[in-house]
Amino acid sequence: MDASTVIRICMGPAGIAAGGKDVLDAFKASLSRSGVRADLKKNCSSHQVGCLGLCARDVLVEVHRNGSKTVYQYVKPDMVQRIVDEHLVAAEPVKEWLVDGAYDAFYKKQIKVVLSDCGRIDPEDIGAYQAVGGYDAAKEALSSWTPEKVIEEIKLSGLRGRGGAGFLTGLKWELGRKAPGSTKYIVCNADEGDPGAFMDRAVIEGNPHSVIEGMIIGAYALGANQGFVYIRAEYPLAVERLRRALEQARGKNYLGARVFGSSFDFDIKVALGAGAFVCGEETALIASVEGQRGMPRPKPPFPVNRGLWQRPTVINNVETLANIPSIIKRGCSWYASYGTEKSRGTKVFALTGKIKNPGLIEVPMGITLGEIIYDIGGGIDSGKTMKAVQTGGPSGGCIPASMLDLTVDYESLAKVGSIVGSGGMIVLDENDCMVNMAQYFIQFTQAESCGKCVPCRVGTKRLLEILSRITKGHGRNGDIERLEKLSAGIKAASLCGLGQTAPNPILSTIRYFREEFETHIKNKKCPAKVCKALLTYSISQDACKACGACLKACPSGAIAGAKKTPHKIDPAKCIRCGSCFEVCKFNAVERE
Amino acid sequence: MNTTLDKILKNHRKTNGNVITLLQETQEAFGYIPREAVDYFSERLNIAPSRFYGVATFYAQFRLSPIGKNIITSCCGTACHVRGAERILNSIKRELKLPEDEDTTQDRQFTVEKVACLGFCSFAPVVLINHAVFGKTNVDPLLKEIRALRKK
Repeated sequence: MDASTVIRICMGPAGIAAGGKDVLDAFKASLSRSGVRADLKKNCSSHQVGCLGLCARDVLVEVHRNGSKTVYQYVKPDMVQRIVDEHLVAAEPVKEWLVDGAYDAFYKKQIKVVLSDCGRIDPEDIGAYQAVGGYDAAKEALSSWTPEKVIEEIKLSGLRGRGGAGFLTGLKWELGRKAPGSTKYIVCNADEGDPGAFMDRAVIEGNPHSVIEGMIIGAYALGANQGFVYIRAEYPLAVERLRRALEQARGKNYLGARVFGSSFDFDIKVALGAGAFVCGEETALIASVEGQRGMPRPKPPFPVNRGLWQRPTVINNVETLANIPSIIKRGCSWYASYGTEKSRGTKVFALTGKIKNPGLIEVPMGITLGEIIYDIGGGIDSGKTMKAVQTGGPSGGCIPASMLDLTVDYESLAKVGSIVGSGGMIVLDENDCMVNMAQYFIQFTQAESCGKCVPCRVGTKRLLEILSRITKGHGRNGDIERLEKLSAGIKAASLCGLGQTAPNPILSTIRYFREEFETHIKNKKCPAKVCKALLTYSISQDACKACGACLKACPSGAIAGAKKTPHKIDPAKCIRCGSCFEVCKFNAVERE
Repeated sequence: MNTTLDKILKNHRKTNGNVITLLQETQEAFGYIPREAVDYFSERLNIAPSRFYGVATFYAQFRLSPIGKNIITSCCGTACHVRGAERILNSIKRELKLPEDEDTTQDRQFTVEKVACLGFCSFAPVVLINHAVFGKTNVDPLLKEIRALRKK
């Protein structure tokens, strides 16, 4: 592809949702229309790329021309013709549609390793990946490195598992290599079940070949001849792109018998997960790949010794594997130069919530929370005050806004009661209720508990009951202590990581926002005005313009009023749904 | 039905497939796991029906009752939750007159699904109606769409 003008259209998860496909089609149609000069047609290519990062501004379109890059934001199909006419034909970029300073700020503090080619290359074209040096690392490793050297290099890079637990990848590979047995497996865990996290999906959709290459190198290091990608069936596009990528890799003999002309055989199968959060746990994942209910079993024996079909099995996360080719290509010391002493390299986060620039980011470990939220994320949207940031999903915790100087790495986050986890980062503002957040996460883990061990199955249920009664105004004295005691027991006695970490969101919110729990229990009030049962709605008789909007919106017929008479809410009929509050244009509906 | 089931079974035997894949293909074909399908497989594979149901009820993907004509997928991920996903879901269910513990309307026109995360967090709260994405949405456009679909 030696076109002098390249147009890249973001088709990451958010790009597609915003209509990326229509924009791409519009560019293709517009460029082939008559009136565009022949040389331009010939030298211009437009193609899809994976997530460009700043999802808030999608559809993002990059125009690369004569070595310079111009980026358009919020592109809609009907804007395409003007971009082609003015920018490509007349060489005058359409100024008012270009990205602003916030766009540069968003990227300034990021370092892209895993995502470096995601957003640059067409994910459905193996040639595009090869053009940026793809598969060079695997080729070199398989032709001139010993498996031991590969393992040593990964160990020295300090790369730790990006799925949550943070185990040293090189060490895991070494254990897998040393495990006795002639049949071994490598599994890529792409069962991203965290609510509020879409990193793995973006990597597979944006650059599936980097994951495949990482797996080839890993398999060579372990001596595994068969690999599996365990991926959620709920990600149809990721599955499709992965399957296409595997097909292309087989066509080039990067997978199959004697890969890269070496004496090493390796192929990868796709195993579709069917939606169970617990299957992120290694032994549960193994059961699921084998076609059973995904229930964990006690460890040891660890999967590196007895995994899939009782054979030694190494399970790595998507992001971990996508790091491997770069480390082999550029060396362990290059990789280790990023990050902190114990947490090397970079980490991808899905930055979302009440933030100005939500999106997919990759930052060096050791960056502070403040830098992520304010410098990259642009701060809180709507001008409210930040309250906390939730990391690590249902296994993590809420870190209060007072800790913005905290560095983001495995150790620091664990110290304050959260985890890096798979990389969800949800920013909360003053309108978010911490008791409600705790309840939200425990409701999730309770529903996802597989039911095998009692502490998790029964314990999370009891936690949920206590939290539910607190949010409904039936909290009792001693409930906070009850939650703490129960949590400690669940953490200590649960069989797997799901139960052991399930109480984290509760414990961290109690730790930093205890008074909010107390207000719910003692005063039966929700300071953030979220918990429905604790609110009362009324209409200010002075502010009401009697427009009838709330009257129409009320689903329970609780609002009475006529033209020119201010409306009133009947508390007995009110179901506290908040519809009237939403629709009132005059802020006449008050809630307390 | 039997020819479809035969085809799935054949594929299962050929690929040494597992129960999950078998059920996924069945659901792909029928939209849910019919009881007849489980009985059919159980007899021919000599696997107890309880094993199929054990797997089918374990994973969120599988459903044991037919799916509605229109599918409404409501994202309940964290980003959507803090932006009012629950309120939107409740409004949709109210509009469809769906009881708390049911997901499909009696006339099988609509099925409401909850998912943990769709990955469109920057457009939170997100609802899909038959794969069309409604992002940063409030209740009105959704109800409008539902009413339009109902008239069809």
